Amino acid sequence: MIKNVMTKLGLSLAVALTSMAPAALAAGGGGKLLPANTRPDNIASVQRGAKLFFNYCVGCHSLQFVRYSRIAEDLGLSEEQVMKNLNFTGGKFGDTVVSPMRAADAAVWFGKAPPDLSLEGRSKGADWIYTYLKSFYVDPSRPLGWNNTLFPGASMPNVLWELQGIQRAKVGHAKDGGEAHIEGLELVQPGTQSAQQFDDSVRDLTSFLQYAAEPAALKRQKLGAWVVLYLAFFTFLAWLLKKEYWKDVH
Amino acid sequence: MQPSRIDRAVADLQEWFNYRAKAFGPFYRKHMSEYWAPKNFNIWYYFGSLALVVLVNQILTGIFLTMHFKPSALEVAPGISEAFASVELTIMRDVEWGWLVRYMHSTGASAFFIVVYLHMFRGLIYGSAQKPRELVWLLGMLIYLVLMAEAFMGYVLPWGQMSFWGAKVIISLFGAIPMVGDSLVEWIMGDYLPADATLNRFFALHVIALPLVLLLLVVLHLAALHEVGSNNPEGVDIKKVKDANGKPLDGIAFHPYYTVKDLFGVGFFLTICAFVVFFEPTFGGWFLEHDNFVAADKLVTPALIKPVWYYTPYYAMLRVVPDKLLGVLTMFGAIAILFLVPWLDRSPVRSIRYRGWISKLAFALFALSFIWLGKIGAGPGTDPVETIVGRVLTFLYFAFFITMPLWTKIDSTKPVPERVPAHD
Amino acid sequence: MANEGVNHGRRRFLTATTAVVGGAGALVAAVPFIKTWLPSAKAKSAGAPVQQDISKVEVGQMVITEWRGQPVWIIRRTPEQIGALASLNASLRDPESKNEEQQPKYAQNLHRSIKQEWLVMIGVCTHLGCSPKFHGEIKPEPFDAQWKGGFFCPCHKSRFDMAGRVFAGVPAPTNLKVPDYHFVDDKTLVIGVKPEGAA
Repeated sequence: MIKNVMTKLGLSLAVALTSMAPAALAAGGGGKLLPANTRPDNIASVQRGAKLFFNYCVGCHSLQFVRYSRIAEDLGLSEEQVMKNLNFTGGKFGDTVVSPMRAADAAVWFGKAPPDLSLEGRSKGADWIYTYLKSFYVDPSRPLGWNNTLFPGASMPNVLWELQGIQRAKVGHAKDGGEAHIEGLELVQPGTQSAQQFDDSVRDLTSFLQYAAEPAALKRQKLGAWVVLYLAFFTFLAWLLKKEYWKDVH
Repeated sequence: MQPSRIDRAVADLQEWFNYRAKAFGPFYRKHMSEYWAPKNFNIWYYFGSLALVVLVNQILTGIFLTMHFKPSALEVAPGISEAFASVELTIMRDVEWGWLVRYMHSTGASAFFIVVYLHMFRGLIYGSAQKPRELVWLLGMLIYLVLMAEAFMGYVLPWGQMSFWGAKVIISLFGAIPMVGDSLVEWIMGDYLPADATLNRFFALHVIALPLVLLLLVVLHLAALHEVGSNNPEGVDIKKVKDANGKPLDGIAFHPYYTVKDLFGVGFFLTICAFVVFFEPTFGGWFLEHDNFVAADKLVTPALIKPVWYYTPYYAMLRVVPDKLLGVLTMFGAIAILFLVPWLDRSPVRSIRYRGWISKLAFALFALSFIWLGKIGAGPGTDPVETIVGRVLTFLYFAFFITMPLWTKIDSTKPVPERVPAHD
Repeated sequence: MANEGVNHGRRRFLTATTAVVGGAGALVAAVPFIKTWLPSAKAKSAGAPVQQDISKVEVGQMVITEWRGQPVWIIRRTPEQIGALASLNASLRDPESKNEEQQPKYAQNLHRSIKQEWLVMIGVCTHLGCSPKFHGEIKPEPFDAQWKGGFFCPCHKSRFDMAGRVFAGVPAPTNLKVPDYHFVDDKTLVIGVKPEGAA
């Protein structure tokens, strides 16, 4: 209970502070961020996100700061489950998650090596990841046929297209000789998931990346409530003590 | 009954100890039980003891961080330095409780500046720098100066994007010095860009050299203070009226009265800090910046390059001045001018409570300019209107100090009583 | 200052309570700092159990593998070496392996192993940490004329028999340590994990 109140307080504080902070997060490009509404303490969601990550992302992206053993411990999975369902590269249980793709190949295929995603949840934030994954559209002018409204010119193709379906850009009319800009995206070919299901999938994946960016977060909040309560109690005692001694002065 | 051998041994030991402990008696009396502090300290007077608490926290957590940190910019994986990995993998994940130690250290750094800024502002508005406390103020300013260097070098250590580019920009400031600038920059970095050598020397300075200087200065700051005695919100000189034993009538023993009061302050302060550490350790990107969770890349500058919040007022001054050398001079001048406060403040009274409206307005404008400049310095600095505002605020900041001898002198004052008034 | 009418009892009580509560908090706060010294996830990963193929080890042969940075000896003992074990009891310091810290319960027997033939032991002398030399042959040695096979530490002349039991009158205080291990099958040994169901 107390933990939830404090977590909420922390979250609203974060929102307030971030709005005060200069817009560094949106630096990746134009476009408004959609709220991810992730719940990193929802272990089931993080587990589903892990499954998605290891099916769709690990082919190119590593998690060099995340150990398989840590995933097992934090997400309540057994060594066997992790090694069988998540580890496709033959790494040891205690190893960190390395992508099977070689950096040199990546540079040839995508122009640059796909970044490590260990800290993406902290450097870019959950809303950015969530919005980015939903903002792909077909664009034949790009080398791989995909572009992104949040991060125009992204080298990454839409790896989740089978789930999402294919989106196309609705281009507005060019005004005053300026360039026509994208007004929105429309689904032109449905995927295997409904829009609602796909949102949930992207949210799960975002939750997992958020977890991966700071595995200690869950423990931190759980413990934090007790520490704050203890210190408040200690402060109360110190206040009584101060009042008692200061009777001499007043 | 005869006292047993053990009883005798215990008594002997006690006597032995008491006899030697006498050596600390004068010290204890001078600084604790017979250090007469004014009885009317208000909330502003918590920040000195809080700064000491943060210093201890920084040293303790810092020692434990050095046990796991590797000051090396060499790559351990493509694009990832050993230093970055030792922070983000070893300390934040692999070492049990490493994350807690690091958050305590990073939160402590910002908390340090919060309490130090409030502590300094207290000194300004209550005239604590005035005669006879000039030395206390000067030593305090030196602490502030060393603290800024200490924090800057600590910020470079994780070797993230902000560490690297922050280091590059700040070190480049020295390049503005005519003739020797460029060689000086190379000398500081030990390379042609912030590199392994830079990281290594900053580590040495951050963990041993500057902390030693800081500790020494803190001891001197306290020694200088306890010689002249503390000022108070009324600016009354409590030493003027003493009882037969030489104890000021408006003074109370530091121990136990202020030790228990400060203990309460420490508890309150730690509660707030714990909340930040456990629920919002990055403080929305103000204490730990988002871009510093990206490993240093010497080819890609982050979209928004700015120092941590506690330097941004000065950084804003640097940016709004259109000339490189003048900008750097303005920035360092803004810090240097603070040293002169004891001689700029010519007011016949100390505390703002006995000064007129001119002083009150001046202090308010000064606080406003400092905070607003801080906000501008934290932003992208691309708005031309903001640049104009920044120039006006920079002017205000300097005008506050340069005209201080004037307005402190012409301002009307109320007579200061002999004793601390009863309402306190 | 009015010192009369001070409630000394309350004052003492509050001082003591604050001190105890604060002290307890400080003690608890020390725990995380102390625990940062435990083996990190990386060290634990490097110290994970190791597998060893033993199908090619011949009778009388020793192979050395590494576990947690220490040499682990895997020796396939000859029937003669095993036979000699019981005869040495009188000249040993702890012939019945009563010191429980030196081997798991399932290896607390005459041959100090799960299978009589296979000896698995950490090759670090219990005196000061040198690695003893393997002298497997039953023949008179310069350091022992009645040598029945075993280990001899070159650093301080400690001697151990073919079950790693220490001789009396040498500097090493205890028998050589037997780590947790088990046989996955006849060909594979895992060091660092106890057999299923073993305490």
